[in-house]
Amino acid sequence: MGEYIIEMLNITKTFPGIVANDNITLKLKKGEIHALLGENGAGKSTLMSILFGLYQPDSGEIRKNGKPVKINNPNDANDLGIGMVHQHFKLVDIFTVLENIILGVEPNKMGIIQKDEARKKVLELSEKYGLKVDPDAYVEDITVGMQQRVEILKMLYRDNEILIFDEPTAVLTPQEIRELLQIMRGFAREGKSILFITHKLNEIMEVADRCTVLRKGKCIGTVNVKDTTKEELSRMMVGRDISFKVDKKESKPGEVVLSVRNLNVVSKSHGKNLVKDVSFNVRAGEIVCIAGIDGNGQREIVNAITGLERPTSGTITLCGHDITKASIRERSIRGISHIPEDRHKHGLVLDYKLEENLVLQRYWQPEFQNKGFIKFDAVRKYAERLIDKFDIRSGQGPITITRSMSGGNQQKAIIAREIDKEHELLIAVQPTRGLDVGAIEYVHKQLVATRDAGKAVLLVSLELDEVMDVSDRILVIYEGEIVGELDPKTTTLEELGLYMSGAKRDNAKEINDGREE
Amino acid sequence: METVYYLIQNTLPVAIPLLLVALGGMFSETSGVVNIALEGIMLFGAYFGALFVYFVQDSGLDPQTILILGMLIAAIAGLLYSLLLSFAAINMKANQVITGTSLNMLIPAIILLFSKMYFNSDGVTTSINFYIQKIPVLGDIPILGRMFFQKTYITVIIGFILLIIFTIVFYKTRFGLRLRACGEHPHAADSVGINVYKMRYAGVSLSGILGGIGGFFYSVGVMDGNVNGHTGVAGFGFLALAVMIFGQWRPGKILFASLFFAFLRTLAYSVSLIPFLYNLGINQTYYRMLPYVATMIVLAFTSKKSRAPKSAGIPYDKSLR
Repeated sequence: MGEYIIEMLNITKTFPGIVANDNITLKLKKGEIHALLGENGAGKSTLMSILFGLYQPDSGEIRKNGKPVKINNPNDANDLGIGMVHQHFKLVDIFTVLENIILGVEPNKMGIIQKDEARKKVLELSEKYGLKVDPDAYVEDITVGMQQRVEILKMLYRDNEILIFDEPTAVLTPQEIRELLQIMRGFAREGKSILFITHKLNEIMEVADRCTVLRKGKCIGTVNVKDTTKEELSRMMVGRDISFKVDKKESKPGEVVLSVRNLNVVSKSHGKNLVKDVSFNVRAGEIVCIAGIDGNGQREIVNAITGLERPTSGTITLCGHDITKASIRERSIRGISHIPEDRHKHGLVLDYKLEENLVLQRYWQPEFQNKGFIKFDAVRKYAERLIDKFDIRSGQGPITITRSMSGGNQQKAIIAREIDKEHELLIAVQPTRGLDVGAIEYVHKQLVATRDAGKAVLLVSLELDEVMDVSDRILVIYEGEIVGELDPKTTTLEELGLYMSGAKRDNAKEINDGREE
Repeated sequence: METVYYLIQNTLPVAIPLLLVALGGMFSETSGVVNIALEGIMLFGAYFGALFVYFVQDSGLDPQTILILGMLIAAIAGLLYSLLLSFAAINMKANQVITGTSLNMLIPAIILLFSKMYFNSDGVTTSINFYIQKIPVLGDIPILGRMFFQKTYITVIIGFILLIIFTIVFYKTRFGLRLRACGEHPHAADSVGINVYKMRYAGVSLSGILGGIGGFFYSVGVMDGNVNGHTGVAGFGFLALAVMIFGQWRPGKILFASLFFAFLRTLAYSVSLIPFLYNLGINQTYYRMLPYVATMIVLAFTSKKSRAPKSAGIPYDKSLR
């Protein structure tokens, strides 16, 4: 047996119009944690999907213990002991934890599932590795952290010895991340080999033995983590130096622009309170960030402010006007700009041209229409100005179909439209989701520039680094309640994480009243 | 009390086709394919079942044997017809509602055409009596015997046996678990090595088999063994879809829902036996709308809470992840 348990040699995979993997070689040693680093679209997921049998490479060879193998589907991968925790969990919501773990490898007698046998094995594994789960809970009812443990147990249940983790920390709190890294180390000590896909450098430095960097489908190199630095890795990943700190001056908060008072949102489907008595202010010239784990009521608060959904009770005031019941158009005219969470669903009409998307907020203004007919010349000129000013890159300029543009440039188009429109308040919901490091830098600069121009900015983010670097004030939300107000200059990631996971909270009264005018 | 016996004895043969077809719909949808074609599948099964009965009715075979053989023929016919839907929906990724609708429209026309050509009538008329006055032993149980085992059809017993078998298949077997995974989150199923296309073929084929049997049982239990191209199965296929939704895609609740609709229908046709309703003086035709009106009302109130299989109706595409 050689030194390497898995070798992927000269793998090439093309999709129509793009080379996702260009002659990539990756060698995994037994018992190591091997990080795979790269920006979005660098080809990490494609490479792992090939190893897991979801795609077939156009050329190249995969070897296990030195012997060439063919992996045509996930079953083959499983037979070779390869398991994967997918970035988007592959769990059936309406099944129990146990059913999800055994799906595909059910212990059975004449086709009848033997659940007791399975439960015993799952509990043993859960005990052994400290992966706490309730086998009989339904997946839809458990936390994201536990869902991830279920995914890990799925691999262990199948006795996999090569474990692929696809961006496993994106959905976790700092405490959960630490636990996960601990568990990964435990696996490695036991002789399991781990492939760890990520673009978070800190985690690589902390846990990985070696790191392979991909950029634009090409393999840049493999390095020993203890011989390298964060800066070195990031240069390999992006191809240039990147500043990790957001450059910004002290904020100078002015008048209250947005005031939310006693906001409540009750779920229509199960009657639970998704937002509980939330009150806060956002002032001109400051960036306020609502931080929290996904699904703790952020979406409902944003929908209530932007008018996408009516709150159950409470008032929302913008520059002194009560807009609680105002239409979306009215809110927009009064000065709300919105960079939505899902840019495909709520931000853009993907099959429209870029220029049409750029005037979506203003096509009805006299500048762009006459008696219901659009003035296309004016639209074209306006679009060209925005494309120039915001550096939106596309194949054919204003007439590019938006769908064909890259995610970063789609986001730039939305930002251009929302920032150029007259506004007092900019609401940015996960504005850097799915963007690469360069585009993230750009978005952060725009947010700070908007603040410096004297506008109020409400940022909703799940990325802790973003929360800490960009915002002037942090409101932490947990289960629909604001449980703490933090100053990014004095708080730590750990403290933020404690608030986000509900382990720590301030007296709600203090937070709300402290800011009352 | 006589009326109660009468209503129960007459409700069951009507409930069974609804039950079986709704179970079929459940298997199809939980595998991820919406099966609007149940109406057509029922009629297709019923027609071939009745044709078989027509050709063997004078051979001296025992009526119950003929019924069971006819059921098998109907099941095969339903299965074959459902393969058209499977092919279009699974291999060709066609719109499942449109495909189902066209399959529904095709069948009555074919039946009318062939019946005119070969029988010079609108359908198949058989002259065999499947009715059972009393089942030996079981029929002598006090009260229950009279309710369930007298003046009935063997279809009722077969129906309940099939319900038990398929409930076990649905909940307890490896096959059932995998099938449900495919209708809910096919990518999850695929990632653990389950062949989604195969499972969906299995789901639709089961609905074909159950739909065919249900259609034949409808012609036996409701139409006295006849099949007619004009009236078809009187919307029972669609009613079965309503039963399935009302039953929340679960066998136990589907049984309850099919009994509910069948009871309403029996009640509507028995108005003259129930003095209270008869004395109201409402034209009896209106009562016959009952099951259908109830469908609308029930669906309006339950569909808000209904939890359909998440991926039902969406063709599975490996590359969209």
